[in-house]
Amino acid sequence: MSNLIKKSIVVFVACITSIACKQNNDKNSNYADISVGDEMIAELTAPPFVPKPVGDRSAKKLIVNMEIKEIEGEMADGVKYVYWTFGGSVPGSFIRTRVGDEVEFTLKNHPDNKLPHNIDLHAVTGPGGGAASSLVAPGHEKTFNFKCINPGLYVYHCATAPVGMHIANGMYGLILVEPEGGLPPVDKEYYVMQGDFYTTGKYGEPGLQPFDMTKAVEEHPDYVVFNGKVGALTGDKALTAKVGETVRIYMGNGGPNLVSSFHVIGEIFDKVHIEGGDMINKNVQTTLIPAGGSAIVEFKVDVPGTFILVDHSIFRAFNKGALGMLKVEGAENSKIYSGTTQEGIYHPEGGTIQNMPKSGNGKDVVMNKTLAQQITDGKNIYSRTCFACHQSEGQGIPSAFPPLAKSDFLNADPNRAINAVLHGLSGEITVNGKKFNSVMTSQNLTDQEISDVLTYVYSSWGNNKTKVTPEMVKTQRAKPAPKSNNDIH
Amino acid sequence: METQFIKRFHHCLILLFWVSISFSQAPEDMVTIGAGSYVPLYGTADKKPVKIQSFFLDVYPVTNQDYLEFTKLNPNYRKSKIKRLFANTTYLYEWSGDLSFGNLNSNAPVTNVSWFAAKEYCECQGKRLPTLDEWEYVAMADEKRKDARTREEFNKYILSWYEKNKTYNNSVGKTFKNYWGVYDMHGLVWEWTFDFNSIFLSGESRKDKDTDKDLFCGNGSVNATDLMNYAAFMRYAFRGSIKANYTTKNLGFRCAKSISN
Repeated sequence: MSNLIKKSIVVFVACITSIACKQNNDKNSNYADISVGDEMIAELTAPPFVPKPVGDRSAKKLIVNMEIKEIEGEMADGVKYVYWTFGGSVPGSFIRTRVGDEVEFTLKNHPDNKLPHNIDLHAVTGPGGGAASSLVAPGHEKTFNFKCINPGLYVYHCATAPVGMHIANGMYGLILVEPEGGLPPVDKEYYVMQGDFYTTGKYGEPGLQPFDMTKAVEEHPDYVVFNGKVGALTGDKALTAKVGETVRIYMGNGGPNLVSSFHVIGEIFDKVHIEGGDMINKNVQTTLIPAGGSAIVEFKVDVPGTFILVDHSIFRAFNKGALGMLKVEGAENSKIYSGTTQEGIYHPEGGTIQNMPKSGNGKDVVMNKTLAQQITDGKNIYSRTCFACHQSEGQGIPSAFPPLAKSDFLNADPNRAINAVLHGLSGEITVNGKKFNSVMTSQNLTDQEISDVLTYVYSSWGNNKTKVTPEMVKTQRAKPAPKSNNDIH
Repeated sequence: METQFIKRFHHCLILLFWVSISFSQAPEDMVTIGAGSYVPLYGTADKKPVKIQSFFLDVYPVTNQDYLEFTKLNPNYRKSKIKRLFANTTYLYEWSGDLSFGNLNSNAPVTNVSWFAAKEYCECQGKRLPTLDEWEYVAMADEKRKDARTREEFNKYILSWYEKNKTYNNSVGKTFKNYWGVYDMHGLVWEWTFDFNSIFLSGESRKDKDTDKDLFCGNGSVNATDLMNYAAFMRYAFRGSIKANYTTKNLGFRCAKSISN
């Protein structure tokens, strides 16, 4: 900061003393003139981690070795997808440089890969951002050089035909160009990138899902996720911090199509480097991140709790996967926040029960599953459908979403539970002695799916191991829907 | 009865003979590709169709076993003997020796062969590599149509192969038999063509697109033409990324032969 202030004072003074004052873009040519010292191999990291800050190191010749791998991974529990990756992860490896660095970039295309690839780094000043110089066949490598002359946080991506498909399959990442002297130090730094995915099967449909070109062109994603998959930043993979620490997130958006409304539920960004550039905005709730763009957000965490990262185009968060978590540990601070930390949960459905769209594909096949099968399948359904509210261990979220673990409400009446999933549930209920007044949507699941997920819930977390059969669901479905929870009692 | 049968049989033979004389018969394991014309994705700036003369094409890509026979007869093309000018260091990479393809499937397409080696192989058989236009002409056929390029399912099939891992060690002849009786044009490996580098793609595909604006009508809706372009773009992009001495794991070849009049 102090460096920046000094620099702006110098510029200001220069402006007063010289009539022919040019604007800041003079800086670029200065950065181009920075000479480099010795060589250094760049540290590359997989998300959500970033390499060490540049600190006050001088400009260097930075060697970057990036390997492209086409690999099968998991988009969600039970859903497989073939990702094309820079460095084996989505988003690709994080590259950290400083202005004046001369980067020697080698792109290696693994021999097992089927396709040629290249790289366009938005940090590069030159034709195609490097793409024209880096088209590389499987089993080969290509090297090109560039100098970092603009500080900022930049997206890189593959730009080989068909460009949209390469990006849609995960070929994007971030390269940071730090200013001279580095960004101000913070306690925790993380790397998160949003992306939209297009699969033949709809959200959650199990098995290997091919890329769907039609949905991609029509911009109808099945998945909108952080760091390449549903749940990449939840549960035990959540980001962590301690009360009092300042967290900086290098946030990118690979697209290919959607613009992100990035928000952390229950936090306010103290600082946002708008679009990853020099301009800093303060006290921001939600920042817009264009496809092929970025932002650097910083905030001090003052109170403990779980803070939810979302794309505040909120259906994407709760229905397509754009949801991550930051777990903050430490002492409560009742001056800043008394009681629970999750009052900010947003109900996209409004105040009455809404229905999930019916797909009407009539694939409700009776399968005579074993209990173990039901539990396995039920777990997958749970993590797609119920997890966001009721949480990974069925603990719920105090004051917002009731617990399913050791739940007296649940164990008292399986038919009431079936009806809640079938028709939704609203109004005040008491679970384990605590009052909840919330809305659960009606879930568009088949009889088999409902029986699986409830059987899973009943056999987990200290519940009474009720086995729910598809027939039980069918019976309840045939009856008229209860008007409110009072009728169910 | 018997004599009548023999007579009839005789007639058939004569008829067969006559047919094979008037239409040149394809050599073993090759089929005749009928003449025609089509408009390729690239290569005709004025969008005029290219004409394809009738020619013979191998039914299957050349296999490891086929190539082993070739290296037996041609020591210069053995793994340890080949000149670097003609093939880079990954030539026959997974072969365990000069005369052994190791753990590879004998009936899988030979891969990790350079353009020079593929060309030599075909010439030793009295054949040649198919031209890019010939290859693309045959590749646009599905099971029933000469030109299935606008069929959505056909394009989806092609695109899905691009996402399948490790198909290079599958046996030849396991994908579909196309209109011409040719197997494995899609779904097994990429294939060399004689003039693979005749269409220059800079590698900056977005720039290349500018030179061919018609390919992307800006109406934003996806149609079969878009899918067709996507599938073909990937082949052209692949060809644009290779050089004649390159060898890669997913790149094989088959041979063609001109029909002499």
